[in-house]
Amino acid sequence: MWGPYLMRRFALISIPYLWLLALFLVPFVIVFKISLSDIALSIPPYTPQFDPSAGWPGVTAFLSDLDLENFVFLTTDDLYWRAYLSSLQIAVTSTVLTLLVGYPLAYGMANAPDRWRPTLIMLVILPFWTSFLIRVYSWKGILAGSGYLNQFLLGMGVISDPLTILNTNTAVYIGIVYTYLPFMVLPIYAALERLDGSLLEAAEDLGCSRKSAFWLVTVPLSKPGIIAGSFLVFIPALGEFVIPDLLGGSKTLMIGKVLFEEFDKNRDWPVASAVAVILLLILIIPIILFQRNEQKQREAEQ
Amino acid sequence: MRRFTWFNATSLTLGFAFLYLPITLLVIYSFNGGRNVAVWGGFSTKWYGELVQNEAFLDAAWVTLKVAAFSSTIATVLGTMAAYVLVRGGRFHGRTLFSGMIYAPLVMPEVITGLSLLLLFIGIGFDRGILTIILAHTTFSMCYVSVVVSSRLVSFDRSLEEAALDLGCSPLSAFRLVTLPIIAPAVIAGWLLAFTLSLDDLVIANFASGPSATTLPMKIWSAVRLGVSPEINALSTILIGIVTVGVITASLVSKRAAVKRQRDEQAAVAN
Amino acid sequence: MTAPTEFHPWNDPQAKPLIRFQNVTKRFGEFTAIDKISLDIFAKEFFALLGPSGCGKTTLMRMLAGFEDPTEGAILLDGADIAGVPPNKRATNMMFQSYALFPHLSVFDNVAFGLRRDRLPKDQVQARAEEMIALVQLGPFANRKPHQISGGQRQRVALARALAKAPKLLLLDEPLGALDKKLRQETQFELMDIQEKTGTTFVIVTHDQEEAMTVASRVAVMDHGKIVQVATPDAIYETPNSTYVADFIGDVNIISGGADPVDGKIGIDWAEGQPPLTGICEQDIAKGETVFMAVRPEKVAISSEKPADRSNVVAGKVHDIAYLGNISTYYVQLSGGQIIKAQTANTRRIARRDFTWEDDVWLSWTDTAGVVLRQ
Repeated sequence: MWGPYLMRRFALISIPYLWLLALFLVPFVIVFKISLSDIALSIPPYTPQFDPSAGWPGVTAFLSDLDLENFVFLTTDDLYWRAYLSSLQIAVTSTVLTLLVGYPLAYGMANAPDRWRPTLIMLVILPFWTSFLIRVYSWKGILAGSGYLNQFLLGMGVISDPLTILNTNTAVYIGIVYTYLPFMVLPIYAALERLDGSLLEAAEDLGCSRKSAFWLVTVPLSKPGIIAGSFLVFIPALGEFVIPDLLGGSKTLMIGKVLFEEFDKNRDWPVASAVAVILLLILIIPIILFQRNEQKQREAEQ
Repeated sequence: MRRFTWFNATSLTLGFAFLYLPITLLVIYSFNGGRNVAVWGGFSTKWYGELVQNEAFLDAAWVTLKVAAFSSTIATVLGTMAAYVLVRGGRFHGRTLFSGMIYAPLVMPEVITGLSLLLLFIGIGFDRGILTIILAHTTFSMCYVSVVVSSRLVSFDRSLEEAALDLGCSPLSAFRLVTLPIIAPAVIAGWLLAFTLSLDDLVIANFASGPSATTLPMKIWSAVRLGVSPEINALSTILIGIVTVGVITASLVSKRAAVKRQRDEQAAVAN
Repeated sequence: MTAPTEFHPWNDPQAKPLIRFQNVTKRFGEFTAIDKISLDIFAKEFFALLGPSGCGKTTLMRMLAGFEDPTEGAILLDGADIAGVPPNKRATNMMFQSYALFPHLSVFDNVAFGLRRDRLPKDQVQARAEEMIALVQLGPFANRKPHQISGGQRQRVALARALAKAPKLLLLDEPLGALDKKLRQETQFELMDIQEKTGTTFVIVTHDQEEAMTVASRVAVMDHGKIVQVATPDAIYETPNSTYVADFIGDVNIISGGADPVDGKIGIDWAEGQPPLTGICEQDIAKGETVFMAVRPEKVAISSEKPADRSNVVAGKVHDIAYLGNISTYYVQLSGGQIIKAQTANTRRIARRDFTWEDDVWLSWTDTAGVVLRQ
């Protein structure tokens, strides 16, 4: 018998559940299905189309028309695997660069006097609330051939010819470091802030110099923050679309951009879907590693 | 003992300069009166004047606000429900799938989310426009709301709810009278996050919208793909100003509340 | 200070219990939290559930409140089975260990919370809440929020809130656990006072044996989901039914040996070449059975001469002395290596101790001082 309590519980669970099923899982299944279909000059532009009115023979006919052709195609055209590799390389490089910029910043924040810290944290978070697009765009004016950076360097006499930065991978690195810096700084700061100051005193008491105490105590103890921050930068960077589109050049190959163009310009939905499926497969590994790191952290805290 | 060294001071200065210089330059050059966007040609607010005249931008801004208001409100309701189910729901069939669907959109590349929603809308013959953008934004931002709210619910003393039941509340009124007022700051933060995410989103809106609806980020994007535009600088300045004032006000309010609370607690110990 | 002496409904076969546990078992998955408990609690009792953490006492209380349902068996309140009645429909109220005061409501609104759920008229809510706040002497603090008052005051708000609906049964989960020792002792007497004034039945869960002994009319000692003994505090202390209870409540010496029943008393052969010890036992014990004698340290006398008139006398050497101010505990090692504790009250200021380390001493106690136990 269903009492009112169970009814309410059922409603509470099923409303968000059904929403996510319909608007997250089902679309995803559709992507997967279309990745196994063939391109066609029809609306929608792929075949086979599932026809529920045909009954069971329709289902089997539909299933037998699905194949891995698009995935085979991805391996034959080197555009795709170069795009995957180049995305990986750009994501790794930018993550390392973000760490190099972010760690000293987080370390400085953690060492700052107590009364400054809320303000410093707010200063790191504030850009996050500001439009992502605007922040990426702001670099266009700086990095352009006649941009502020070149004007400044030429004016100072440091260089005689303007640097070409915009529309290169360098601009993409800068864009990623800039937009994802808060994601790196905050977890590292959290780890450093928890660090017990007396540990450093103990290390120095036992004969460490301040430098070696930093490498032997501070860095290992902030490792969970470094790992979390790196994943938080790496994962979105891998599928990034806006930054390479605005700051990168025609030679900048990133899988998010390829996917968008495959879909937008070539209207090849099956291939776009296959690209998406593979991108997701690549992302699953770092995501699982990240989850495991978080899990370990939670267990360590208990 | 922590020591604030010269090295720390330098890295803070450089780090924050890196974070704020591009935005500052953008704001300054939005007041540039000259023809060449990169060369300072005197102070002027003419770009703001042109911006206000530009109907296309105003329309896009209105669409964006509507989308953000609706999607963040629905997302807050759904996300709070989802958080409650995750933290308090106990065991039920498909719980693992449910929590997977809550966390997956947080790490899913926007291009994939956008593509999959587009294929869904086309597949079922749903006309794309404001409504589809709202649906798309609600879906991903409810996951953010649910993460924010569930982190508050986890630290929530469950005996408060039990006390409410014990004193005669039905489960629903216990939620309304006790749980909701206490987690309200997290729910509001979730709503703000959802609202900002929706205002900010370009990629998913681009996939989910049809010719009938253009959001502000889509408009900005198509304008800036070609190069630097002084009008966009002016628009950006306005948006940055709104966010800055909002965030600073919010943090001052919460800081004042925290200080008052601390003072109260000290007074309570004293008497 | 405890309930009047004539109050002992548990000895009256005609008395109807307010609460009856009938063979109640509660399992969480594989784990058995409560194991076939049967127990009666009578109206106006101040009943304590005492035991170490994890013994099931909190689960027992949460079943009364309605947060858990028994897996097997029934719980009767006033003769009616309360299984399946949700907590908000039960005539019981609970004072939570964390107090669970609603942080967003004032002291007054916290106390009035339950009354408002009953949809009482406004003036009645007002009057009753004020009455309760006055009972716990928090009048000046009625408009404060919980974080604006001290820990002891919060404890009183929680009590007033739980009492406001005049429940048939008030459940108190470690009510004094968060208070410091001095405040806890004062509050114990206040609790008893309030219990007597309101005539409400109190069931208290605690792991603190002193607290249970002070406040309760009866104490149930629990272990691993079972009730080991239910009795008045003095009976629990003086005639424990097992070494577990004897050891859990207060300090005790336990000496084991083979039984030798003589004239209604039990002799115990506890060491070779030593005269047997004698004690009393209410159970029938066969000759040769292994039994345990439990004797409280304060009932063991220490002397330098061998006492002539005591039935139990053993010799030993002072191994250690713990001076606690009001009393001293001597740890005396017997020739077999066993250590027996003897306590003396320091009724005079000691300029000179009677005994010191390594002194040869005699320990003695009467045959009614020690209880002989089977397990």
